[in-house]
Amino acid sequence: MIGLSLAYLRDRALNTALNIILLALGVASLVILLLFSAQLEDRFDRDAQGIDMVVGAKGSPLQLILSSVYHVDIPTGNVPLGTVDLLRRQLGVAEAIPLALGDNFRGYRIVGTEPAYPALLGATLADGRMYQQKMEAVIGAEVAAGTGAGLGQRFIGGHGLSSSENGPKHNEAPFMVVGRLKPTGTVIDRLILTRIDSVWAVHGIEAPHEHEDGEHDHDHDAKGEEHEHEDHDHAALPAGHEGETAEEHAAHLRPAEVTAVLVRFNSPIAAVRLPGFINRQTDLQSAVPAVEISRLLALVGVGLDAVRAFAVLLMITAGLSIFVALLTALKEREGDMAMLRVIGASRAAIIGQVASEGLILAAAGTALGLALGHGVIALAAANFRQLQQLGLDGFSVHPGEALIAGAALAIGLIAALIPAFRVLKSDIAETLANAR
Amino acid sequence: MPIPESGAFSEPSQGPLVEARGLSHERDGRRVMHIGDWHLAAGAHALLLGPSGSGKTTFINIVTGLLTPSHGSIRIAGQEMSALPPAGRDALRRQTIGLVFQTLRLIPALSVTANLALAQKLALGRVDTAEIERLIGRVGLAHRAQARPRQLSQGEGQRAAIARALVTRPRLVVADEPTSALDDRNAAAMIDLMFEAADTTGATLLVATHDGRIAPRFANRLDLVAPAAGVAS
Ligand SMILES: Nc1ncnc2c1ncn2[C@@H]1O[C@H](COP(=O)(O)OP(=O)(O)OP(=O)(O)O)[C@@H](O)[C@H]1O
Ligand SMILES: [Mg+2]
Repeated sequence: MIGLSLAYLRDRALNTALNIILLALGVASLVILLLFSAQLEDRFDRDAQGIDMVVGAKGSPLQLILSSVYHVDIPTGNVPLGTVDLLRRQLGVAEAIPLALGDNFRGYRIVGTEPAYPALLGATLADGRMYQQKMEAVIGAEVAAGTGAGLGQRFIGGHGLSSSENGPKHNEAPFMVVGRLKPTGTVIDRLILTRIDSVWAVHGIEAPHEHEDGEHDHDHDAKGEEHEHEDHDHAALPAGHEGETAEEHAAHLRPAEVTAVLVRFNSPIAAVRLPGFINRQTDLQSAVPAVEISRLLALVGVGLDAVRAFAVLLMITAGLSIFVALLTALKEREGDMAMLRVIGASRAAIIGQVASEGLILAAAGTALGLALGHGVIALAAANFRQLQQLGLDGFSVHPGEALIAGAALAIGLIAALIPAFRVLKSDIAETLANAR
Repeated sequence: MPIPESGAFSEPSQGPLVEARGLSHERDGRRVMHIGDWHLAAGAHALLLGPSGSGKTTFINIVTGLLTPSHGSIRIAGQEMSALPPAGRDALRRQTIGLVFQTLRLIPALSVTANLALAQKLALGRVDTAEIERLIGRVGLAHRAQARPRQLSQGEGQRAAIARALVTRPRLVVADEPTSALDDRNAAAMIDLMFEAADTTGATLLVATHDGRIAPRFANRLDLVAPAAGVAS
């Protein structure tokens, strides 16, 4: 009977193809939405793991989170290095990790931080060692793959947070790769990690004191240090570089400043008390990744909901189209069906045959839709770096796809069964007489 | 003429293949068919002859279990068709009767061979490729075996339909007006074919027609008369 279903489908190939494509488009849209939002959320969660609060300069809290947790936006500004110790002294703070941003190498951000940062995101070394000296760097897996940099490789950072052809280069201060991280599936794969004073050095700022492990005094005696290179002199030219936007300039580090501090709590009381305290009592701003991201997703979610509704509509349209196609086909085939009954097909067999026709249509549409959805995501990730950086991956499968596939198959089945039962209710003898 | 084994329903059938007792049918209080007592012995090919509206199709629908007679009973291969539940009628029909319709009754989406294979699968639960090939050759369609029904000529289509009715090796082959649309020569050829094909599979023919041309070919005749009056036999 499956063979018969296939024969009927082949007999009206154009109609069959159109219905399959229609359903596939609906399925694909839903799959794309599902993968997109699920992978985005997953990525957001993974990058923010263990980070309970971020402290940075006043500004948009979302921007602070995006720039310091996800490394996608520009920072809100800088905060004094002393903030780190101030936070570490607070009750309930388990960890406070400073980040100093400002430069990039071929679009990969150079982040001055402490080894606690890769540890927080669960990154371990693939080879080499953790940076110890100034200007030593450890690179993420994607950086290693993207630049082909090996151990001992020297490179020079470009100014700004994203690569640009004509951006100024810090020619005098080469970094050296001393270690490479294993892939983590987090943002750290795309980062170049180094000591904070390396970032300062690139910007012509001397560290307050030379410490081995990145602990710093907070008397700001580095102010007014001499600047070693002409094309990049913040103190003398506070207005910034040519070709820089004002916003980019705001990200420039001044002496003994960091861009943001990532904080992990070990007491729920701190989680309740500290963010509000910082926002009210200091010049600093605190932001909670979970809050900002859920706010962002809620915002994006409204748009996604509209697209989702459209995709559902598309699937229902496909269902109706299959329904109409089968209804007309079965009407033409009433004589065939009566004859099938006469030559020995049971009622169940007839229903099974029609149902399998709807199911085959639905299954083909579903399979095509799933392939199309994954293909579009994979293609988008391959062609748009930002999407890839957001963690889009066309080859990972989401359990929700089973639900979409189930819904599509159910639509095909229902669309087939209604006309099938209609036909079965008719009197075989009469149908045969009429079809004559 | 030996009666071959036919599926699971090979009850010893010493009795007639078709046996009508006091059979008549009323529709809306009007008698549309009256047979009374009649029987068809295995091998005694019978012609059901009567003018249009005399109840030939009605009788065939009763024989095949598609219609329940208002009066009397009908037994097929010893089983009372009219007393069986729908599933039982389906089974009895499937295992005992092959039908040839007046018009082309093949699945248009399937080739001739596939139509025969489907009929076998439905009736017997298995496909006997050798038997299909033999029958297609027997009705002279070997060169058209893979053609679609709509690509066949009228005569080729009817031969294919006969092959389809016989491929399940039914004991009874019922044909409703198989020749009414054909010219003399083709009508004669059709009847020849049905006799020959039925003899090779051991089937018994019951052919309903108002076509007087083929009447002389049958020794066993059941005449129906148009309603209003009339008892036949
Ligand atoms: N569905 C029906 N409802 C009412 N009356 C019917 C129905 N089917 C057949 N009849 C009547 O029953 C009578 C016998 O019809 P039947 O089809 O058996 O005749 P027939 O001998 O096969 O005729 P023909 O040679 O034209 O095919 C006719 O008078 C017809 O009008
Ligand atoms: Mg008739």
